[in-house]
This record gives sequence, C-alpha cells and structure tokens, in this order.
Amino acid sequence: MRKKYTVINTPIHNIDGVAKITGRAKYTFDIKLPQMLYGKILRSPYPHARILKIDTSRAEKLPGVKAVVTGKDTRGVKQGIWRRYKELCDEEILAREKVRYIGEPVAAVAAVDEDTAEEALDLIDVEYEILPAVFEPIEAIKEGAPQLHENAERNINVTRHIEWGDVDEGFKQSDYVREDWFRCSSQAHVCMETHCAVASFTPEGKLTLWTSTQSHYYIQVLLADMLGLRESDIRVISRYTGGGFGSKFELDSAQFCSALLSMKLRRPVKIVLNREEEFMATKRRTPMFYYLRTGVKKDGRFVAKEARVFTEGGAYTAMGATALYLTGFFQAFPYVWPNYRYDGYRVYTNTEPTSAMRGFGAPQATFCAETQIELIADELGIDSIEIRRKNAMYPGYEVPGQAWIQSCGLRECLDRIEEWIKKRGELPPHRGIGIAAYGFMSGGIFNWFDTPYAFSSALVKINIDGKVDLFVGSQDMGQGSNTTLAMICAEELGVRVEDIRIHMGDTDICPVDLGAWGSRETLMQGNAVKMAAADAKRQILEFAAAKLSPNIVYDLDIKDRWVHLIARPERGLSYFDVVKEAIRGKDGQPIIGRGHYTPHRKGMISPAYSFGVQAVEVEVEQETGKIILHNCVTAHDCGQVINPLGVQGQLEGAIAMAAGYGFTEDLPMDEGKILNPNLVDYKILRAPDMPKTEVMEVETYEPEGPFGAKEAGEGLTNPTAGAVANAVYRAVGVSIKNLPLTAEKVLKAIKEKENKKEDEGRNEGI
Amino acid sequence: MEKRLIRIKVNGDYYELYIKPKKLLVEVLRDELELTGTKRGCNTGSCGACTVLLNGHSVKSCSVLALQADGAEIITVEGLENSGRLSPLQISFLDHGAFQCGFCTPGMLISAVALLRENPNPSEEEIRGGIHGNLCRCTGYNSIVRAIKAVAEGKYREEEK
Repeated sequence: MRKKYTVINTPIHNIDGVAKITGRAKYTFDIKLPQMLYGKILRSPYPHARILKIDTSRAEKLPGVKAVVTGKDTRGVKQGIWRRYKELCDEEILAREKVRYIGEPVAAVAAVDEDTAEEALDLIDVEYEILPAVFEPIEAIKEGAPQLHENAERNINVTRHIEWGDVDEGFKQSDYVREDWFRCSSQAHVCMETHCAVASFTPEGKLTLWTSTQSHYYIQVLLADMLGLRESDIRVISRYTGGGFGSKFELDSAQFCSALLSMKLRRPVKIVLNREEEFMATKRRTPMFYYLRTGVKKDGRFVAKEARVFTEGGAYTAMGATALYLTGFFQAFPYVWPNYRYDGYRVYTNTEPTSAMRGFGAPQATFCAETQIELIADELGIDSIEIRRKNAMYPGYEVPGQAWIQSCGLRECLDRIEEWIKKRGELPPHRGIGIAAYGFMSGGIFNWFDTPYAFSSALVKINIDGKVDLFVGSQDMGQGSNTTLAMICAEELGVRVEDIRIHMGDTDICPVDLGAWGSRETLMQGNAVKMAAADAKRQILEFAAAKLSPNIVYDLDIKDRWVHLIARPERGLSYFDVVKEAIRGKDGQPIIGRGHYTPHRKGMISPAYSFGVQAVEVEVEQETGKIILHNCVTAHDCGQVINPLGVQGQLEGAIAMAAGYGFTEDLPMDEGKILNPNLVDYKILRAPDMPKTEVMEVETYEPEGPFGAKEAGEGLTNPTAGAVANAVYRAVGVSIKNLPLTAEKVLKAIKEKENKKEDEGRNEGI
Repeated sequence: MEKRLIRIKVNGDYYELYIKPKKLLVEVLRDELELTGTKRGCNTGSCGACTVLLNGHSVKSCSVLALQADGAEIITVEGLENSGRLSPLQISFLDHGAFQCGFCTPGMLISAVALLRENPNPSEEEIRGGIHGNLCRCTGYNSIVRAIKAVAEGKYREEEK
C-alpha cells in the first residue's frame, strides 16, 4: 500500500543544521561591517525619576567617541506593539522626561570600540529628581500610590473581562466551593544570544538592520514610525536568531539606539546587550496574583469558576495586554465550565516591563487551575485522572462566545497517562506523581498590531532544474520552523526536502508574516506555504495533463518527484522533465505559486488548539526540601506531527524551561532592582538536572491546520509547574501556591505540617 | 597599554598576533581571527558558549587571557571538521536533533569532544556531568546526551577519507 505521506511525519534533519554545527551560521552577534562602530546604552539607576538635565559634553570629548544620543534626538514617538490602541503605546525606548524602571535607557553612545563606549557612559551627567516608586500591583492600584503614567489612574493599564453562563447561580448549585490565592512568579527568557543589532544607514536614506528577532516585520514597522522612515526603506535581516521564547518580537533598545546612532553618523553601529542588561532591561514573564473560586458537584463535575487576577505590569504595556487576556481564557482550559467569570487587571509598577514569554499567561493559569483541581479531587475523594476526564473538552465543543474546538485528543491523553501511572506502580518513599492537563492556541486571531497584510504569506518559485525557492515571512529562532515549512512545501508539491531552498528573515525578500510567537508558524505560515505550493503544483499539473492526455475523469498528483495519475500511479512523468517543459511553455518564466492565510470566523482566540496531559515524578529531600525530577511523561495532541525530531526537541526544551519556572528560576527584587541578573545566581536547569522524558503522541486531525497539524512547542510549557506542584503534594502532602517551589518553601511547608500534626497530637492527648 | 606578541596554533594554522594584554582568548578568536563559531553568552564564565580546546583540554575562552594561550594549540568548532567532512559528533548532533537555535552548540560540541577524549566510555551521568558547564535554553539537554552517547557507543565513526 502506498504511504499517505512521503515527507510528513518522518524525522528530518534541521535544514539549518550543518551551518549551526560547524560554526558557519552567522548570527547578528557575529556580524562585523567595514567602518563599524560599537554602541553602549546608559540606563537609569532609579526606579522612578524625572530627568532634569542630561549633559553629554564630557562624553563627546572622549577620544574615540563618535556620537551620543538622548531622548532629545528622537521624534518623541511613544511606541508599542498594540498599535490599534494609542494609549497602550507608551514606551519611548529613550526616555525624554521620566524613567520608570531601573535599566530604562536614557542615552546611547557610539565609539570606535566597546571599551571606549563603556567609558563614555561614565562621562554622561544625568540630573534626576527622584520620585516615589511602587513595586507591587496590589500597592500600585491603591489610591494615592505613585502614578507612573498620566493617563493611567491608580496605575491600571489594561482590564479584561470574560464571562459566560450564570456564575452566581452556578455557585448556588454547587455542592462544594473552594477558594484559593496563588502567586505566580516572573521568569527571564535567557536566550543564549542576547538582544543585539547592527544598524547601517546609508546616504540614500535606507536603513539596514541585522538583528536577533522573532519578527522582522514588526521591527521594520515599529522602527519606521520611530525614525520617520518609510517602512520599505528599512530592511530587517535576521537569518539566525539565538533563541527568542517571547523576548524578541518587540522593538528593543539595541535595535532603536543602533539605528538612531547610525542615522546620525551614516556608519554601521553595533549594539549587543550584555547578560546583566538582558536580565534587567528587556522584558520578562508576567508575575500574577490569582484568586480562584471554584464550585463543583459531589461527583466532581465542574459547575462554576470565578477568577480574578492582578498582574505586575512593570513600567510599560509591551505584550502584557495579550498575556492578560490569554491567562483569563486559558484559566478555563482545557475543561468544560458551564459558568465562568474572569476579571483581570494589569497594573503598572516601577519594575522591568513584563510581557510575552513562552506560554503567554497560560503557564500561570495552568499552575493555579491544576493545583486547585488536585485539592478539590482530594477533598471529594475522586481520582486525579477521573476528575479531569469527567470535565475534559471534546471535539466540537464551543467555549461560549470565545472559541470553537475542532480536533481534541485530551481524553486519549488522559488514558495514556493513566496507563503510564499504573505501569509505574509503587513508588519509593518521598516520591510522588503529579499531573496537569493543558491546551494552547495555534496562533492568535487578534490584530491589535493593525497589520493591513495577511497574517502569513508565502511564495514558491520553481527553477528550471526543479529546485524550489520557498520564500516565507516567518522567523526561525531555533524552533525549527524552516524545516517544518520546507517539509510542508515538499509534501504538497510532491518533491523532497532537499529540493527546497528556504528564504527567511529578510524583509526585502520575504513576504509578510507576523512572526514566530503565539505558536503561529506551523498552522498559519504552514497554511500559506501549503497554498503557495498547491498553486505552483496546479501549474505543473496543467502541463502534465496536456502531455499525458488522460481520460478527463482522471486527476493528477505529484509524489516524491513523480507526476502521475492518482488512479494509476505507474502512469506518469518525472517531475524534473515536466518542470522543464512547463517553464518552456510559459515563455521561459519560472513557475511561481502564491499563498496566504488569515483566520476568518474562527472565534476570538485561535483557529485550533493543542492539548496534552503531563505526569511528573518527583522526589522531595526531607531534610532540605529540595525537589529532584525523575520522570516527565507527556501525552500530547498536536494534530498531525510534521517532524517527530522537531516535536521531541520542543517537548524536552519546554520541560527544562517550565520546570525552571516551577522550582528553580525567579527574579527577586529589592526596590525594583533585580538581585540576580547573571547566570550564576539565576538558576536555569543544567544537564544533570533533567529528568527522563517520554512523549506519547496522540494523533488527531485538525481540519484548520496544514495536513492536520497544530501547535507543538509553546503549549508544552504550560503544564510542568502545576504538575510539579501536584507531585510535591502527592510526595509529602503539602500544597504550595506560591511559585517557584524552592527548597526553602517546600521545607517550610513540611515543617509547618509536622508542627500542626504535633499540636493536634498534643490536643488529643489533653 | 603596550601590545604584546603571541604565537598560537588554531585549528592547525599558526598565527602571530599583536594584542593588548587585557584581551581575552575569545575576543582574539572572534575579533582578530574572525572565527565567530565560538560564541559568548555571558561575562561570568557560566554559560559555556565560548568553550574551546586549549592543548587538548576544554576551557572557557572568556576566562582565559589571550596572553595565557601564547604558544598553545587551540581547537574551535571550526576545527572539528576534517577536510570538510563532519566529525562523528557533528553527524550525531544532526541525527539526534541535539540543537535548536544553535548558539550554545559550538561550545557544547567542544565540551563533548573533551569529555570523550578523557573518558571514551562515559555513563549517562558522566555525560551529563561533562556538559554541566554548558547552558542550553532550547533543547533540555536530553537530545544532546543521546547524541554523545551514540558516539561513545561507536555508532558513528570518523568518515573515510
């Protein structure tokens, strides 16, 4: 029997792999141009202050310094990624009047080398008037608290309300109601390549910017507005990006300051943020304070949920407005809640702005929801799997007014995890298995960026030798989208992956795509690529049909470079021969296929959702409270797997990052100053810390996705923190609602539990 | 500060360089020799992206002054190929998907080479220990461990010339 697919679902080498393993891949960090200068950025040492005066004269006199810029050299544009809403565009990048967090840029220097630029920073005299500052959202929202932005009373930046059903009635009908407070911490992205840019402005009025980004299109558009240039006079190039995770699709200080300096000097300027700047002055995961009130029936059926959230916004809006919406939406995931109400408040504080990070508000929501569900299950004496199965989303379910679920393999995922837990059997002492269920979107439907373009576009050009040039607007930042898209193109066109040459990361050459965030690329860019390939294929088949002159009831296809009658596969022609003739027949024009994708009538959030269940086995050291991960098993529905090698990589990488969020990573602050802005004190997982990982693919077919595929990368970050918390609960009987679950917190909780037991024992004695 | 002369052998080629005494080895490799395969992810010696072999031992080239390398033999990621043929570890990294963004990969490969030179038959735990100093934010390390293990088990041999 013929295989359905020849390319899809085979483990394919990353098509950028050889460049990356041989050191040939040129990242922005590696770029050096003739006459290039080096830039450094002066940052605010205060969390909240008025800039009274900046004197750059001493710095300008330092030999080797070529230019110094401050807010006065800018057009004074307040930018933001929520362009549809003027009041949410609130960040100048180079502050003109006020600084609102420690690390905010106030000036930038270009010099002949980095040392000179660094030295010049010390010679810039800034006179500040220090203002009272506020650091916690709960404090900042109070009347009389220091106000960060003129138009934001009580520092309320954005609010969000989601509601369906009758929540109050639902609580009345509930047999059991539970309330909990949770604190979800922050997290740094820690891309191995820090934010960096090389800007080159030339006298014909054109700017080229090499940069490490997740969306060259966004950077082009935002920069045009900030610099007063035409969009198309800016070329953004980002062939290799050393990690993104949500940190690199907003305009950043390296990009803006290097461009501003280059415009002034007409020379290339390179700015690379150092690791400390990366921690203190980029963006980070949004800390959230969650209140959950949940009502269920005795048998474990969910009836009503009320969620209220205050998020620590930091100084600017960034992508935090989206995180506020998504956390509210995913708080109700992946279950059927007949009645649900969510109120979210994003509050400005004098801290580093908070924004998008892998999972985008969903890991926080999932941690709270799954921790609480575990406690409810326990109180009611219902099995962890059973309570989730009873309430699980299913294919065809409509989230009222929000979303329509098409493919959904959640129940199969629960079955698979249940089997694994049973097989695991009796655990050694101080060990426990915790589970968490989750879901995630395959690209957002919202257009707050206000793009007039299709969300994703692609072009396919077929050359005389059959080689296919695939032009995509997406960005490969390491997640492997280039390989995924080449596979989709090869499958649809009926060729091999080695026949595809991808062109990515260059606004001069590539059609527009909104970029690699919100798990967009496989579904959205994938659909555009599939459409472009189908368009090109149709043109090839026109010639093939003329040549083969089959009975008109037969149709043709191409598989593995063989153009043939579908009903009689042995009757066909070589793809290479047909291409040659087709191009000749087109008066020598290469074959060009066009594709695009924008979701229409697909609800408020996303056209498709991934689902999964994760089981984590932990050991808790009784003496220290330290958590050791032993196993992490994930049953995973990402629709049709495109590249198994890629999916496994995404899964294991997500576990490392999400386990870090669960129990090792944190950004403690003192008066707005991050205390651990380096890789010694900020603890990301290292190789010996990783558990054994196992993935069980539950394949579904997503009608909206290319070949039935949906997202498989970001959503995997959602379950782990909650699963770890539940595993600790099963291991030692303490439920911790305050991330991260550091050894200190776990030990304290164990001690408290023991003391309570002793007290009870004593009371019984009396 | 007066520049000083150093002589180093990098990936089989000899270089004589005049450098400022405060220059780090990583800076000389990247800026003077334009061997940008070697990366830099921090300034505290904690990420391992700058790992190179110095006289056969892995070192973090951000923690070594170029002057200290005077007279030494250095291998960077660019030196792992043999006349354009990929080394067994490189092929194994491809097969196992042992990289994503690729920024830590040069340092990771060098640490793996050093590990297998010192201990050709490492246990899984020893492999993990061998790359303990190399941070990777993308892969979660397990694919890297599998890739190194496969080489240690002899599944990849040096390609015939």
